[in-house]
Order: sequence, then structure tokens, then C-alpha cells
Amino acid sequence: MTTYKAPLREYRFVLSELFDVGSLAQLPGYTEATPDTIEAILEEAGKLCEEVLFPLNRSGDEEGCHYENGVVRTPAGFKEAYRAFREGGWTSLACDPEWGGQGLPHTLAFFVEEMVCSTNMSFGMYPGLSHGAYRALSMHGTEAQKKTYLPKLADGTWSGTMCLTEPHCGTDLGQIRTKAIPAGDGKYRITGTKIFISAGEHDLTDNIVHLVLARLPDAPEGTRGISLFVVPKFLPGPDGGIGARNGVRCGSIEHKMGIKASATCVMNFDEAEGELVGAPHKGMRAMFTMMNAARLGVGVQGLGLAETAYQGARAYAAERLQGRALKGPAYPEKPADPIIVHPDVRRMLLTMKATIEAARALAAWTAIELDVSEKHPDPERRQEAEDLVALLTPIVKAWFTDVGFAAANLGVQIMGGHGYIREHGMEQLVRDARITQLYEGTNGIQALDLVGRKLPMHMGRLLRRFFHPVSGFIEEQAADQTMAEFVLPLAKAFGKLQQATAHIAQAGLKDPDEAGAAAADYLKMFALTASAYMWAKTAKIALAKSEAGEDAGFYRAKLATARFFMARLLPETSSLLTVIASGAKPVMALEAEAF
Amino acid sequence: MKLLVAVKRVVDFNVKVRVKADKSGVETANVKMSMNPFDEIAVEEAVRMKEAGVASEIVAVSLGVAQCQETIRTALAMGADRGILVQTDAELQPLAVAKLLKAVIEKEQPKLVILGKQAIDDDCNQTGQMLAALLGWAQGTFASKVKVEGEQLLVTREVDGGLETVRLKLPAVVTTDLRLNEPRYASLPNIMKAKKKPIDTLTPEALGVDVTPRLVTLKVEEPPKRQAGKKVGSVQELLDKLRNEARVI
Repeated sequence: MTTYKAPLREYRFVLSELFDVGSLAQLPGYTEATPDTIEAILEEAGKLCEEVLFPLNRSGDEEGCHYENGVVRTPAGFKEAYRAFREGGWTSLACDPEWGGQGLPHTLAFFVEEMVCSTNMSFGMYPGLSHGAYRALSMHGTEAQKKTYLPKLADGTWSGTMCLTEPHCGTDLGQIRTKAIPAGDGKYRITGTKIFISAGEHDLTDNIVHLVLARLPDAPEGTRGISLFVVPKFLPGPDGGIGARNGVRCGSIEHKMGIKASATCVMNFDEAEGELVGAPHKGMRAMFTMMNAARLGVGVQGLGLAETAYQGARAYAAERLQGRALKGPAYPEKPADPIIVHPDVRRMLLTMKATIEAARALAAWTAIELDVSEKHPDPERRQEAEDLVALLTPIVKAWFTDVGFAAANLGVQIMGGHGYIREHGMEQLVRDARITQLYEGTNGIQALDLVGRKLPMHMGRLLRRFFHPVSGFIEEQAADQTMAEFVLPLAKAFGKLQQATAHIAQAGLKDPDEAGAAAADYLKMFALTASAYMWAKTAKIALAKSEAGEDAGFYRAKLATARFFMARLLPETSSLLTVIASGAKPVMALEAEAF
Repeated sequence: MKLLVAVKRVVDFNVKVRVKADKSGVETANVKMSMNPFDEIAVEEAVRMKEAGVASEIVAVSLGVAQCQETIRTALAMGADRGILVQTDAELQPLAVAKLLKAVIEKEQPKLVILGKQAIDDDCNQTGQMLAALLGWAQGTFASKVKVEGEQLLVTREVDGGLETVRLKLPAVVTTDLRLNEPRYASLPNIMKAKKKPIDTLTPEALGVDVTPRLVTLKVEEPPKRQAGKKVGSVQELLDKLRNEARVI
């Protein structure tokens, strides 16, 4: 059952009620981004996504991309849709006005991105990658590089890629073999093969700007010897247009489980002309600025897919007449009851709803802090925000994509056989969601990032940026009896999270495998606790507004969902703590040969 | 040439409309509201005329509650130059709307007024005609094509038998049909620009118009549920039922 309407009311709730998106308009550079403008933009973006991108989602999946002699064609309708998207100015949303951008906050971009991914994740890959390239060049490029590339990437006439992975190395980029030989004129000749390059070749833009990790001849071993290069498909011409064809070609495209309308390319660089971006051997650092943003973006993809799965499953459950409610007919006038009367169907729908809405709240929090970390005049406040974003990035990436995949699977389950066949579009969401748990660092890598890098960083300072507001909230609400049903479970889960954190810090110090064995479960525990915090904050607002007023129904639904979350999902933190406390031994005891 | 377009805030066409429990009307609380789709076509046509150099300025007018500003903003984001809101919480019926528009038009002096042929909430299909009559202007309703020729306007109308082309003398009132054009999506830069475009607020009192409803709504009900179909055994039986039960032949 393919149906999607942009969740505008939910956006308004998380942005203006749960958090204060209005505060962004106080930040220098964001004065235009008032709540009413943000709302108007979200509404128009929603329209474009619903009416232009969504109808191409299944056809794009069925048709896929075409490869012939190094040329890649996107599925029917994608060119026109991209033109509408580009001409509407959507590629330039969060770009700097100096380069033709609209200079709007990341927060807005986050939710526009969610709608794009909800309606056509494959399509979203193309502008998404371009924006990653835009960010890397704007932060690390020379003035000349910025002048050449940023206006084109902002207005979407050119697109971008990130060329990291090679056939023998993905996660471990220290093994990269692609070479960059100085050509003597300040330029470099890039030679090597990159794989899994999203949007590496396609027919949507005049030019494609590849950002490529490669090694200089004098490069030290490992990740410290990697440099970043910009290698365009067509060399920029003197007039700002395109000049000679560069030595980079698409060798083939992958045949994938999902996101079939996104061209995933093998890119062969054969003495292609490139320019160094940033300092020699500092490519990993430059790439990381791009990757952190990309990881948040992938998290948002998970959220977007989950929303579509939920809307489809909800519509199906309300319409599918089958059997009778366990207690007797709920709708005697109908030939059968809709399946939404069944506790098990409701359990699945509520699991989707409760995880999605908490994730969206977390997304709003993360996004607003990301904007604060870049624009706030007070350096201390910027640092605080940057810490929180760094801490939450692996959680947003891994948890949201797990939520996305789980929601898509539940969507199929609710629809039964009708979810499994292609006609209704639900199984596509499962296939599309699966990649989000893999790329930009698998979810296992995200868990290691959380446990191994973010927890110990600055003696636990990042962690405090999360722990302090949560403990502060629990204390503040302690006196409010009506909040007890939300605050008590939150406090319990929070206590367990602190226990788990202490365990990992101690045991992991002695044996890194202890931290590694706990990582995935710890990330989940963290995500559930953070979600509980979001639900408790939501409940605080909803309690005040659920009694009367036009919107009372909306807030009553929030309260019911918060209660479901506290009662049915949050208790998993107890078993997760038990699992974490069992240590690494059960995982590591079996000899590798015995598997 | 100055153009004036009228835009109405209505329940979004995607919303499943529900009747209020007391049958006094339809539920509009907590319901997504949008610009009447026929009015979007009116705005689009005006913007195209401006892009073609035929029109010099587009004024978007809405009448009703304060939130109608959002509807005007949508028109501004599509390309209208400025807005006028005639603000009132009173129920507005087509005659009152036509009178208010007439008052605004007398102040603004546009050469052409474009409206949707009807609004998707009450489906009245009266305002444009009433307005033309009150102004004593020519009218071209249900337009599927509009062309300015000097001081005249060629309007192709969708009528029962096909298409009818009329030549009108300007100033004139045109109401739009579905096939006139396909409205654009507002671009992001234009949404931002729309914020800076001016919207003036007037009131019915200031315009000296009495908006008291002339019609009373007795009750609003959902259409009766569709009855199950009947299978007929023969053509003869079908004819018999059409003639004697349905009484359509």
C-alpha cells in the first residue's frame, strides 16, 4: 500500500514545541529562518516529494539504472524530477549564499531530507552526495577550487561523489592503493580503481565532481598517508563551463538488493587530472568532516523509510477487513473487522510509531545543536553543541537505520503476503533500508565509534553533554506527580545506562574486546534511553494540552504512544544491561576454527 | 496591466472531510488547509502573463480569518507581487465575497481579475459571476485558455458541448477551469522572497461592506452510503429497471 503524506504536524511538534527552532533565527546568518518560513518551506518540499518523487519510487526500483559503454542512464522520469528539484532551488538549501545557496539551517535540511528519503531514497542519493562534496570543498578547498566548484554544486548543475572504497578495502581505508603522481604543474595524475561509488556516473548533471582519496608517492603507510583530491569528470573550462573529458570512467554498475535507481559505480581513474584538496596526507581528516555529516544523513534516510513503512502499514491495517476482534465484532456492520483491532497488529504499529517519533525528536535535537555548533557566537556554547553532535552521530546513524529496517519489516508483517509482493511497495522499503545499516560505516563500526572513541574522548566530556540534561530533567520533574509514570522508567533506564557505561569504561580499559563485545548492545541501550528522554519531554508538553483544545487528540496520541514506549520497549534496557555485564567471554571463547 | 487574483483558504484536497457532530458544517479544526486548487490555477495564469510581459503587477487577495495570510504567502511564493487580506472571522458567502472584492478592486483598479471557477469546499461557483455583474464588467468563466489581444481578451471556455471562445473587452473577470494550466511548485528562493513581500490588511467595515449571510445553513450531512448493486439477468430486465426503478430512460 503505497501512500505518503509529509508529516508536517510532527515536524511542527518537534521543531517548535519540543525544541525551539525559533532560536535558530537568533544566530548570525540564520535570521531568515523564522519558524513560519521553515514551516512554509517544509510544506512546499513535502508537496514536491509527494507529487514528483514518490510516483517514481517503485518505477525506479523496477527499472533500475542502465549501463552501456561507460554511460549510465537513470530510470525513466528521474531526469525530469531532478530538473524540477534543481530548478526549485532545493539543492542549494543549506549552501552558503556566497556560492548561490539559500543559507538555511541544517535543521531544515534534515527534515527536507527525511521527506526525500521517505518518497524516493534512490533519488535522494544524487543531491545527497553532491552536498557532501560541497561541504568537503567548502571546508578544505582553495579559493580557486571553491569558485570553480561550489556554485555548480550548489545550483545542482554539477553533482558530486565521495570516492573512498577500493576492491580490497572499505572500512580500513589505510590500505588504499590509488596513486596520485605530481604532474609538475601543481596538478596530479590519479590512477586506481574505486568501487561502490554512489552517483559515480549518471545522466542527471552536466558534470560530476569526484572527491578521491589517494596516496602521494612519498606517503607514509596507513591512514596517515592519504590525501584528498578533486577529480572532475570534465575539466572545468575557462568560461566556468565544462572543458576536456578527464580520465575517469565508469567500468560497471552494481546489481544490488535495493536502492536500484541509485547508480552504484565502479570508477576507473586512469591518469585522471586532479587537484589536491587540503594539505598532503591529511585527506582522512578532510574526508571525516564529510563523513560525519553523511552519517547523520544516513540516519535520516532510516527515519524517512520508517515513516513511509508506518504510513503504509497504518493505512492497510485500518482498511484490511479480516476476521473479527478477539472480544467479538468491533464493527458489526462490516463483513469483518479491520485488522487494527488486533493486539498484535497494534503492537507492531505502535512499535513503529514510538520508535519513529522518538527518533524524529532526537533528529531535531541533533540538528539544532549542529546549527548551534557552527553559528553560535559563544565559543563555549559551540563546543558544547559540537560535543553532543559528536556523541549522538553514531547513535543517529546506527539506531535510526535499525529503526528503518525494523519498521519496514514490521510493515511487511502487518500486510502479510501483500507486503511480500512487489505491487504494494512495502518489500522495496525493506530492501532499500538494508543498505543504510551498511554504508558510511556499518552499524557495528558506529557502535565501536561510540564506545571506543566518543565515550573516552576528553575524559568523558561528550557523555556529560547528554547525561547532564537527562539527570537535570529527571530532577526537575521529580515533584510533578503526573509525570511520574514517564520519569520513573526513564530514571531507571538512565541508571542502567550509567552502570553499563561504568562497566565498559573499567572492563574495556583492561581488555578492548570487552568494550567491543558490549558495543552494539550499549548503543541500543543508549538509543532506547535517549528515546525515553524524548518521550518524557514529549509527555510533559502533551499532558498540558491533551485535555481541551482543537488539537487535544494529537496530544492524547502522544501520551498513549509514550506510555507504550515506557511499558513495552524501554524494558529491553534491563536485558541489555544483563547481556553487557556478561562480558566478552561468551563471545570470544569459541576458537575461530570451530565456527 | 495590473492583475488581481483571488485566493481562498480551503480544507486541503487530500483531507478526508468529516461532518461536525452537531451537523452545523464540516470539521475544520486540526485539519490541513491549503489554497483552493482552482485558485492555484488562477495564480499560475497570472504569473505566466507577467512572465510573458503582458502583466506588470499581480495582487493576491484573500478574505477570511488571519491564517488566510498563509494562503496569500503561497501565492506570493508562486510569483504574485503583493497581497491584501480582508480579515474577518465572519462566515463569508459568495455575495459578500463578491462585494468585498468589488471594494478592493475599486481601490486597486486592476484591468483583469482572475478567480478559480469554484472553491472545493462549498462548490458554489458563483463569486466570479456575481463580481462581474456587480462591477458591470465582461466575464469569461470556465476558462481553459486566455489570450490578451490589445484591449481585448480571448477566452476559451469549457462548455457542455465542447469549447467556446469569447472575446471580452477589458477590464474583465475570468474564472479558471482545470485545464487552463498546471500550477508550478514554488521554488525555495521564491518562498524566501515571498516573506519580504508586503501584505496589507483591511476589514469589511473599512471597506464599507455588509457581509451578513443571506443564506442559512440548516444542516450538513454526509452523502448516503452507496447501496449494493443488483445483478440483472437480461437486457430486458435492465431496461425495465432503468425505466421503472431508476426512471432514467
